[in-house]
Amino acid sequence: MILSGERPILEAVALTKHFAGRRRLFGRPAAVRAVDGVSLRVRRGETLALVGESGSGKSTLGRLMLDLMPPTAGDVLYAGRNVGALPAAERRALRRELGIVFQDPFASLNPRMSVADIVGEPIWLQGDLSRADRRAEASALLRRVGLRPEHGDRYPHEFSGGQRQRIGIARALASRPKLLLGDEPVSALDVSVQAQVVNLLEDLKAEFGLTLLVVAHGLGVIRHMSDRVAVMYLGQIVELAPVDALFDDPLHPYAQALLASAPNPSPRARKARVLLEGDIPSATRPPPGCRFHTRCPHVRPVCRELQPALEEVAGGGLAAGGRAVACHFWAELAGAGAGARAALPSPAFARRLALFEARSKAAAPAEPAPSRGPAP
Amino acid sequence: MTDVALPARAVPRRPRSRGLAAFLRNRAAVAGAVVVALFVAVAVLAPLIAPYDPLKTNFLLIRKAPSAAHWFGTDDLGRDILSRLVFGARASLLAGCISVAIALGIGVPVGLVSGYFGRWIDAVLSRVVEALLSCPFLVLAIALGAFLGPSLGNAMIAIGLSAMPIFARLTRGQVLAVKAEDYIEGARAIGLPDRWIILRYVLPNALAPIVVQATLAIAGAIIAEASLSFLGLGQQPPAPSWGSMLNTAKNFLDAAPWMSISPGAAIFAAVLGFNLLGDGLRDALDPKEG
Repeated sequence: MILSGERPILEAVALTKHFAGRRRLFGRPAAVRAVDGVSLRVRRGETLALVGESGSGKSTLGRLMLDLMPPTAGDVLYAGRNVGALPAAERRALRRELGIVFQDPFASLNPRMSVADIVGEPIWLQGDLSRADRRAEASALLRRVGLRPEHGDRYPHEFSGGQRQRIGIARALASRPKLLLGDEPVSALDVSVQAQVVNLLEDLKAEFGLTLLVVAHGLGVIRHMSDRVAVMYLGQIVELAPVDALFDDPLHPYAQALLASAPNPSPRARKARVLLEGDIPSATRPPPGCRFHTRCPHVRPVCRELQPALEEVAGGGLAAGGRAVACHFWAELAGAGAGARAALPSPAFARRLALFEARSKAAAPAEPAPSRGPAP
Repeated sequence: MTDVALPARAVPRRPRSRGLAAFLRNRAAVAGAVVVALFVAVAVLAPLIAPYDPLKTNFLLIRKAPSAAHWFGTDDLGRDILSRLVFGARASLLAGCISVAIALGIGVPVGLVSGYFGRWIDAVLSRVVEALLSCPFLVLAIALGAFLGPSLGNAMIAIGLSAMPIFARLTRGQVLAVKAEDYIEGARAIGLPDRWIILRYVLPNALAPIVVQATLAIAGAIIAEASLSFLGLGQQPPAPSWGSMLNTAKNFLDAAPWMSISPGAAIFAAVLGFNLLGDGLRDALDPKEG
């Protein structure tokens, strides 16, 4: 599917973003280290997900990679060219190739512009189409995302959240991008609508040959739509792996805890929980050594001293779909966390469960067992 | 998130209608609008409404109390006060509207540039605006009016310049709020030029409070014009204005109180009308649509 030798479409090299923090009375203001030395390659045609809890820097990393904010240090390479070093005109042209779909469909559309204008504006910006052609193209885009062309005369507030997100997607597509950043594209939507928008994104990806970079915290969405996942913690990537490998056997203790925190509807498949204690530490003063050591259930003395590097652990090199993890003891911990099945809470519970299963089988013998499809 | 997908035809076409309905439900606001409309009509139709020539003196009718022939009485030169009030409405409304237009014309662009670009442009413009704001509005207007010389036109310029910093600061604050919205980042993300973003994205979304402030500022400008005219810095005699009528009337407060009561009441009514209108607009435009 993806040639290993191909150049990545987008690449972050030791990317760092510090935000100026609150000024103190004495001394220098503490910087918030939102993203701290992240290197990441996005392959052409893949869907790469960035996950992590709030404050992990995943949104900031996405924005940095789209040149929406200047990095404090490090570089972004688009198709091998250093974005920060491009002349202004080329940089603006590049903006068209990188689209963004925002999280909140209620804040991401200009309330004073009609939908036709919202979708038509990026086309107008390209500047090579007549007015009538622009309208036709905007209508075609609206139809493509599942809206009616006559919706173009209305204003954003007349639409529901899901419809607005479709408008946002149509606008993002209008500049004919090569890569689309979805900044939690469905997390503000109703669950019933999430699946529709995810499916729409997948269809469009195939149709327009897009590369998707998805920032998300909904693990179901990620499992369904992404090829690879980068797990972030306190501004750094702690694990990078193909999606199935990560979900089946997370290596980093944080990834294990993150996956274990997702509710599992089947009591038989429920896994042992690694409970994380405390909050994510402040990004102004990240802990020394491994950043996760303050909350890691497997912490050892060396973790407090030495920061583990993101090292390749399997699969013949990162470029060939291998995985990488930043943990000193990943080899010993593998399978110890989220992989292990939890014992059923009590014998009484097991009896009740068996009874329930027998009953439901008897009640509907003809019906096939509900297939566990991809969660929305 | 209570938004629901309505069937296509059930939705009103324009967003403006909702604000209008809210405005019409507010009785005080409608009353204000009616008063303002009335004054505008009087000012426009002054020659048709005024029973006498406002400049015609009559030494047989000096300081006559209100009567059937002269409803509001006559002034110290025997001129009909009602006619002078009617023509004075022109000066007052004109001064109110033009000086606010001047204030908007300078203040809003200053606020837009200052808020949108930030950094040193913002620092410089904000300091200038703050320096102007540190002077009380009326004191500044009088000082500028005295500096420019007494005439209605100069009074308008003086009032406009004095009201400008309020608009600059209000606009800047609005721009800062709007600038944080996702759609501004989205507009930058697709590479739209700054000028376009300011005119199509920032200004329309920052406008509502500015419109409200402008209505309220007209009321303030009417008072300021009256004050300047009262001090002899605005409308020059013999042309009538409410402020200059009060100026003359103050010498006859005991002998001819009607000379001061009617222009004072006119100022009061016009200012109240604009204030009610402005408050109503604020309430109607405030709830975020959508």
